[in-house]
Amino acid sequence: MRKYSTIFKIKFLAGLQYRTAAWAGIMTQFVWGFLEIKMFQAFYQTEPQSFPMTYSGIVTYVWLQQAFLSLYMLWFWENDLFEAIQNGNVAYELVRPVSIYNTWFVRNLATRVSKTCLRALPILVITFFLPPNYRLTFPSNSTQFLGFLLSIVLALLIVVSLSMLIYFWAFYTIQSLGLRMIFQTLGDLLTGAVIPLPFFPTLLQKMSLFFPFAFAQNIPFRVYSGEISGIAMIRSIQGQIFWIIILVGFGKWLEFRVKNRMTIQGG
Amino acid sequence: MIHVSRLSKSFKVYKREAGIYQAIHSFFQRKYERVDALDSISFDIPKGEIVGYIGPNGAGKSTTIKILSGILVPDEGECVINGYVPWKDRKEYVKKIGVVFGQRSQLWWDIPVIDSFHLLKDIYTIEPTIFQESLTELTALLDLKEILKMPTRQLSLGQRMRCEIAASLLHRPDILFLDEPTIGLDAVSKKAVRTFIKKINLEFQTTVILTTHDMQDIESLAQRIILIGKGRVLFDGTIPNLRDIVPDPKLSLEDVLVYLYQKLGI
Repeated sequence: MRKYSTIFKIKFLAGLQYRTAAWAGIMTQFVWGFLEIKMFQAFYQTEPQSFPMTYSGIVTYVWLQQAFLSLYMLWFWENDLFEAIQNGNVAYELVRPVSIYNTWFVRNLATRVSKTCLRALPILVITFFLPPNYRLTFPSNSTQFLGFLLSIVLALLIVVSLSMLIYFWAFYTIQSLGLRMIFQTLGDLLTGAVIPLPFFPTLLQKMSLFFPFAFAQNIPFRVYSGEISGIAMIRSIQGQIFWIIILVGFGKWLEFRVKNRMTIQGG
Repeated sequence: MIHVSRLSKSFKVYKREAGIYQAIHSFFQRKYERVDALDSISFDIPKGEIVGYIGPNGAGKSTTIKILSGILVPDEGECVINGYVPWKDRKEYVKKIGVVFGQRSQLWWDIPVIDSFHLLKDIYTIEPTIFQESLTELTALLDLKEILKMPTRQLSLGQRMRCEIAASLLHRPDILFLDEPTIGLDAVSKKAVRTFIKKINLEFQTTVILTTHDMQDIESLAQRIILIGKGRVLFDGTIPNLRDIVPDPKLSLEDVLVYLYQKLGI
């Protein structure tokens, strides 16, 4: 375990270096957050009764989404990993006494967590003090808050185990851009990154539940505001655990297949 | 120690003719060709030997090294090293080997070399005292004192290669695989690398398997040569043995090889 915690530490510390990027990110997230809230305000004012979430629920959703963007963005990749596959440097990873799946998993976790550490806190603190119409509210109660803490971690594990599939798939295709584009575009929609899932037509909403994407940010952000509570919360967390097991299992199976028919590019 | 028997490996290679028409055609129907990288290779290497593994480009040298170091899985044949089958018991097996690929880097690009070494320390779970001992030894032998604190990206090729070699030896492996370790190095760095390999071989009985195109590497290091071509072992013996095959005893080792490559048509 120590091996992996060292890899985490090195990646985590390396990620903390990029402070300017973090400030720029925070500014973008505020602008984006305000625009989204404005848009949903317009919807709400026109027809509050057909609005599928509470107003404070949507504001909370938007700010949490902005604060934890780096945890759940599906379009973020560790580019060195794709490069290593393409130019054959992955050979060096294979002569280490570690599992490649675990090493790459930890690297992805570390980068996402370190980016989030720099960005989340300022956004959360400031949005607690905004005027009421724009304000991030406190969690509805302590049960919801605990559920939020648990599901925010599980959701991260889902996102990372999903991207692991693409890394290993890249061994087959060598050039992985096309695959990544499909994954990102469909994933962003189905995970509720574009608009929250309750705004989808009923059929699409039901369909989205058959994909792991719906168990990422969709769960913690709606648990926080109490939109998902009680039995639904427990079901959602069970769903998250179910998907993590499936995705990690599938990823490890891919790793096993890849190792048996590995070719190293570039001699 | 190292037992290799009837090892074979082939690759699928994707081919097409030049030109747009051919490019479009291959979009729908791909042509693959099977290339036999290794065709029933066998040899045994006892502990403490330095073996020069030579042959022309594309002979299968790197493929052999990659199979022996657990990276690639062969199609057929067996290979037992220190009681392990490299590709089956990879995680356990690689704890006791060191690998250097002369054309690649294992050091983290933008952090100081010493940080990469510390990462390796944890990856191989090296005891702190042993790590410190190895580090001191390697620093002295390879003259690393000045460069350990520099980020890898700022090192010259010679400096980097010395660090690469040190990195593969921190965990004190029994076997060291060197895939073209002197490629691109100047005379001084080459010599430093050779002297060092000899030293660790004497001191720690490290088995060394070395691929190279530099015959001076071979002459100054290898107690034994394995020559392969087109995936087959063509010769296995000492340098004098090799010279016996050619008519002119005055030929340089380089010319001996050229003669053999031409005669054997490889």
